[in-house]
Amino acid sequence: MFKKLSLSLSLLLACGVSAQADEVNIYSAREENLIKPILDLYAERTGTTINLVTGGADELTQRLELEGANTPADLLLTVDVGRLYRAKEAGLLQSVESEVLSSVIPAKYRDSEGEWFGISLRSRVVIYDKQAVQASDLSTYADLADPKWAGKICVRSSSNIYNQSLVASMISHNGVETTEAWADGFVANFGRPPQGGDRDQIAAVAVGQCQLAISNTYYLAGMLQSADADERAAAESVAVFFPDQNGNGAHVNVSGAAVTKAAKNRDAAVKLIEFLVSEEAQAWYAETNNEYPVRADVPPSELLQSWGSFKADDIALDELGIHNAEAVRLMDRAGWQ
Amino acid sequence: MDTHTNKAPKGALSSLQRWLPTHPGTWVILGLCLLLSVPVLTVFSSITSSSDGVWGHLYETVLGDYVLHSLSLMLGVGLIVLVLGIGPAWLVTMTHFPGSRMLEWALVLPLAMPAYIIAYTYTGLLDVGGPVQSWIRETFELRFGQYWFPPIRSLGGAITMLALVLYPYVYLLSRTAFIEQSVCVLEVSRTLGATPLQAFRRVAIPLARPAIIAGLSLVLMETLADYGTVQYFGVSVFTTGVFRTWFGLGSSTAAAQLSAVLLLFILVLVLAEHWSRQKARYHHTSSKYTRLPRIPLQGWKKWAALAYCVTPVLFGFLIPFLQLLKWSTETWHLLDRDGFLGMFANSLKLASITALIALVLGLFISYTKRLRPSLALRGMVRVLGLGYAIPGTVVAIGVLIPFTWFDNSLDAWMRETFGIATGLLLSGTLVAVVFAYLVRFLPVALNTLDAGLGKIKPTMDDAGRSMGLTPLQILRRVHVPVMRGSLLTASLLVFVDVLKELPATLILRPFNFNTLAIRTYELANQERLAEASSTALMIVLAGIIPVIILNQTISRSRPGHDSTP
Repeated sequence: MFKKLSLSLSLLLACGVSAQADEVNIYSAREENLIKPILDLYAERTGTTINLVTGGADELTQRLELEGANTPADLLLTVDVGRLYRAKEAGLLQSVESEVLSSVIPAKYRDSEGEWFGISLRSRVVIYDKQAVQASDLSTYADLADPKWAGKICVRSSSNIYNQSLVASMISHNGVETTEAWADGFVANFGRPPQGGDRDQIAAVAVGQCQLAISNTYYLAGMLQSADADERAAAESVAVFFPDQNGNGAHVNVSGAAVTKAAKNRDAAVKLIEFLVSEEAQAWYAETNNEYPVRADVPPSELLQSWGSFKADDIALDELGIHNAEAVRLMDRAGWQ
Repeated sequence: MDTHTNKAPKGALSSLQRWLPTHPGTWVILGLCLLLSVPVLTVFSSITSSSDGVWGHLYETVLGDYVLHSLSLMLGVGLIVLVLGIGPAWLVTMTHFPGSRMLEWALVLPLAMPAYIIAYTYTGLLDVGGPVQSWIRETFELRFGQYWFPPIRSLGGAITMLALVLYPYVYLLSRTAFIEQSVCVLEVSRTLGATPLQAFRRVAIPLARPAIIAGLSLVLMETLADYGTVQYFGVSVFTTGVFRTWFGLGSSTAAAQLSAVLLLFILVLVLAEHWSRQKARYHHTSSKYTRLPRIPLQGWKKWAALAYCVTPVLFGFLIPFLQLLKWSTETWHLLDRDGFLGMFANSLKLASITALIALVLGLFISYTKRLRPSLALRGMVRVLGLGYAIPGTVVAIGVLIPFTWFDNSLDAWMRETFGIATGLLLSGTLVAVVFAYLVRFLPVALNTLDAGLGKIKPTMDDAGRSMGLTPLQILRRVHVPVMRGSLLTASLLVFVDVLKELPATLILRPFNFNTLAIRTYELANQERLAEASSTALMIVLAGIIPVIILNQTISRSRPGHDSTP
């Protein structure tokens, strides 16, 4: 509480003292509607000028790299840790020391060298047909390669970073060979060639084309709250299963923020990240897009709470970036389109 | 008509060349072409670099798929656009049947529909969870798997989607060609005993060949550059492979090399077509233009013609348009409508600026090529033309590399010499965005303008020269009025293309700058198709107006026929 008070106080002071208003320039892979409202709130409250470009994380990172020391960007926002890792490896980020950030964000959701910070969490889970499948039939990610699921699994393309991160985590836990054997079996169980996004996999389960789908949690939540009655009905016919609860735990990825190496408004950028992990902003993330808050003291949305709590994989998130290219090669070999 | 006999009057041209303003003019044009070719050349320059065994991996796993799928995509799209483009163009130009006047312009409408948007809408309609399949299941009490339904997200689906929105290029260009054909030629063929169908097959089509080929090559290049549709449908082709290799495997070199292979492939196609045409010329030697006699169709023929011409409009425009309309009325209340007007204005602003620059640049390049067809310039224009086949993201990075290099070098030099930091002058501004558009879309303008200029007889230049006009005066006072139709077509095609453009805008734009295409993409990317429909609809609406103007221009473009008010 005191921290929060001192934070808002320091924000107030900062805005009162500095004759020239703060400015933060952001390259964001979070789409505008999923970030701008909270940035606007911050801008209004502190008088900070916030400039925003959105786009694909890979493309924005490339732009950052090419612009070099002259880049206007102070802050990079991405929706997965793999891209944060790549940006760090490319030497585009700088280390930040912030008491607020290191006390609020659990260590496993931020870079050990302070170059990036997780802001919100999402889990990649199994969505199953409530009629055809019992939760007791499901257990682990590894089990999805079992022939009993032949023709029953829907998943999107392996070009998608969430799938790449999931497979990278398996490589990190079990090694390449075991993971490749798993991928061969998993691909053999596909009910159709990979296509569409996560919502499409859920829709395919709802109509019975598949019995299991792999999806990030917020997609199902989005469907349950959709304006389209058909989409809501589809989402209501399926349920969530968090795999590996007796093992490593369910795969978790973060959407995160990092201060660029060439940041000209470093302090203002850090202050903004601190705001993004404030209770207020975290609650906004939870409500707006049904993501899990990164701080333990802010509850997820009611909908997410209704799915129950789960054990998350404790893997160091760096590992997802380290094994990304290997994961792509492995999926190519396994014929995962 | 003459094909082999009347070579371009060399004597006349070389006498013209003496009167060219100065050589520097040509050099300026050549320099501009070179500048605009930098992104293409950047891609090519990757060929010699080493890619650390990535190719070995690709060859063993996915390369075969990329090649096979890309070729099938081109073949499928190519065949369908010819069928959907040429036939209706001929029917609405030369015959009369119920609705033919309306179809004349309606057939162009799908041009306003971006390929990724039509893909989203048809997926919403036809996918397993969509209304059509749900209706089948409910009506016949079937479960999934008990009936056959073509999978929309497939190679076949991608071919259909791309063909439905790209056929207007073939339609527009071949219709222009049919309209401009001298009636004499057709009359001669008829007096020689040809039926109207034979006249179409043996005279009109061969004569319109450059136009048809020009349209087809635009379609094929756009097909190869497409990323949104194939990615959404999960079809692995060269473009999806480029991104997977680049970001997934982390090899920008191998990714650039994949793009280079793609470009070489197109270059071969372009050269093969050029070679097969050899020295044929397609301008008319007669100047007898009378009003085109439209053949009134009778009986079943008029209904068949109607059905044939309605099909592409129905599937390429009407159905997706209505679906978008339905979605947007359902989700309108959810939308954050702030900034809609701004995005609309931004889209229009970028499209107009680019169209204007492309028009002027294209006209000068095309005219210089006509006057001084030096090998260097012709080669350069060919390379420049490949820009249309490069995926927008690759173009954008190809623009970022030289722009940031220039900015950073200038900044370093200024700091050292004057102690002033200039920062990034061009990158991150709209200059970079418009430049990228020009790299991608100038080929469209050039294609149209080349075709327009090519149809003007060289004797017109000679006549102008003999009256003492300079080449620039000839351009302004003779060519421009005659080819008004081509000028407008070129600029409107670029305009509509820019409205629909997404990837380059996304990467290169300045802070706090949005367009309709970006907002649509961002919502669709979160798999909120219904909510994306309102901005999608606005892109389509913004595109319809120029498309209709385009059609009016072409209808009035008949030489010697009320072309000047």
